[in-house]
Amino acid sequence: MVPLWMYLLVAAAMFSIGVYGVLARRNAVAILMSVELMLSAVNINLIAFWRYMAPENMAGQAFAAFVFVVAAAEAAVGLAIIISIYRSRRSVVVEDVNLLKG
Amino acid sequence: MEQQCINVIETMALCLTSSGVDPGLAQFISIFIGVILVAIFPLVLVIILIWLERKIAARVQDRIGPNRVGPFGLFQNIADAVKLIIKEDITPAGADRLIYNLAPIIATLSTTLMWAVIPFSPVHIGVDLSIGVLYFTAIGSIGTLAIMMAGWSSNNKYALLGAFRVVAQLVSYEIPMVLALLVPVMIAGTLSMQGIVVAQLGMWFIVPAFLSAVIFYISNLAETGRAPFDLIEAESELVAGYNIEYSGMKFGLFMANEFMHAFTANLLFAVIFLGGWSGPGATQLPVLGFVYLFIKTLIVYIPSLILRATVPRVRIDQMMSFNWKFLVPVAIVNVIMVAFLIQVTKAVGLAPAPGETDFLAHLPQSVILLLGNLVVIAGILTYLRGIGRKARLESTVVAKAHDVPQVAAH
Amino acid sequence: MLELNAQTIAFFVFALFSLAGAVGVVSSKNLIHGALYLIVSLFGGAGFFVLLSAPFMAVVQVLVYIGAIAILIIFAVMLTRSMTNMTELFNRQWWMSGIVGILLFVLLTIGVILPVWGENGINPSQPVSDNVATTEDLGVALVDGNQYVLPFQVASLLLTAAMIGAIVLARDTDTE
Repeated sequence: MVPLWMYLLVAAAMFSIGVYGVLARRNAVAILMSVELMLSAVNINLIAFWRYMAPENMAGQAFAAFVFVVAAAEAAVGLAIIISIYRSRRSVVVEDVNLLKG
Repeated sequence: MEQQCINVIETMALCLTSSGVDPGLAQFISIFIGVILVAIFPLVLVIILIWLERKIAARVQDRIGPNRVGPFGLFQNIADAVKLIIKEDITPAGADRLIYNLAPIIATLSTTLMWAVIPFSPVHIGVDLSIGVLYFTAIGSIGTLAIMMAGWSSNNKYALLGAFRVVAQLVSYEIPMVLALLVPVMIAGTLSMQGIVVAQLGMWFIVPAFLSAVIFYISNLAETGRAPFDLIEAESELVAGYNIEYSGMKFGLFMANEFMHAFTANLLFAVIFLGGWSGPGATQLPVLGFVYLFIKTLIVYIPSLILRATVPRVRIDQMMSFNWKFLVPVAIVNVIMVAFLIQVTKAVGLAPAPGETDFLAHLPQSVILLLGNLVVIAGILTYLRGIGRKARLESTVVAKAHDVPQVAAH
Repeated sequence: MLELNAQTIAFFVFALFSLAGAVGVVSSKNLIHGALYLIVSLFGGAGFFVLLSAPFMAVVQVLVYIGAIAILIIFAVMLTRSMTNMTELFNRQWWMSGIVGILLFVLLTIGVILPVWGENGINPSQPVSDNVATTEDLGVALVDGNQYVLPFQVASLLLTAAMIGAIVLARDTDTE
């Protein structure tokens, strides 16, 4: 099998690309997609550690299952908020949502 | 369970190895040929399925159906396929080419991949995944994606609207399907398809899980877009919906995929609820397993064809409210009831031991579960009867008094 | 160093899917293409889970992420399409974000992954044991009183709250 650090490397790369996406994109839906990328990278990390270091203990898979749950809940609510904002401001560019700006 | 016969793939691998081919390569080649066989079989079966559908729909409508091309019109579909192939391949202007071409492929991919976990006989199965039932659900949700892609990439408002409605329908009806699938999984104690078939050697699951079978059948009708839920291809409404811009063989692929999906869904019904390959003599002679499986599938598939020719189409809001206000609560109540009864029968000692194939050993638990199902069905029917009576009483009251304030308010 | 067997090839194929999909997500002009790249990347993730003997996680990834979340994202993209196409892809700080991303990756790799789990560290090139807990064990763990039943219940409450919240937020209040 492939050594553990290769899995970790791929997960870290995906996470960093996700961080770049969150910080650099203007469109809110694109930011949400990058957040999903980050969560998926975290899951890969968790399951890789689980498999290599403690396969008998169910903690790794249970943790990853809860990450799935949180990601799903966050995607649903996030997209509902984005659609709400689009309805009132007609734009999903995050820089345009600046009514509270001083 | 003793297996007296190794399957075709292993026989092929043995032949190749004994004739001098390197064992790893022999394994790979034999698995590859097996994959090709399992993948091509549904595509070839579609030809006969479409013929069957046209004949049965025709007979229900008091006409004969195709009978010119070949004996009994059997070669009609080959003629149709040739016609579709030689049609001009038009891509609409402004369409997203890659997604437009990819959508029919992914739709067919999702249906063909489902055949990988179907147990055809005690020794023949594509791959006996430990999570076979979940795999089938997950692959089905990829088909939804393909329809979304088709609708959007056509650059056509009707296609997009059709795709929205279709995806809403497909995603909604996945939930009662998964909830109904939980019940045979609970009774069998395993998610693997071969395990579920083996657990039915005592008693087919349609007896203890009757309500789940009904819910699963209805959700299958909705998931595959068959009548009465065939909004997906509502030719008279949305100008053919999401595949309006597809012509030629791509459209043919969508059509073939629809029939294949319907057959595959009924095949799964036969595997999960009607015992799959089980039948007299199937364990000794695996070929009989194939035969039994297909007979059972046809028993379930032909009623859906007759249903298609008989029942009128459901409106989208009726469909949504039927799912969310009726099927999902019923499915949830069903799961709770079955879980409770299984634990009760296990505690009392009426449950059969796992691996038991005797019919009489399964009888007590199955009868108790069937009674539980019938109680739930009776409760539902009583509730529906009460609602129906209330609606009838309301409609007999003259409604004129209601209309006037509404008109004034607008 | 690495034996060339099917597992290694599969690993590299899935790694290619994941990373190419990730790059496509953050740099695609067309958001629907971005969503499809996200699906490719998530498929790579599901492939990894299969390689790591967690088939349940792989199927749940396909079912939940690709079958539900990705479709939700595509819906949201279609419903929030502005009439004028996106002019600018990145905001004004994109170069700073690039530096942050690269710095994060370098820090993670050189600072954490390679020293502790790399060639000079523990380097588990093989898993500790092949006694892998099965899906049944996961099911038991999620309802066992001593294990994860409490987070399980909290997670179900969270999902219910998220569902109600999403419906209330996105409801069309004009037609009431």
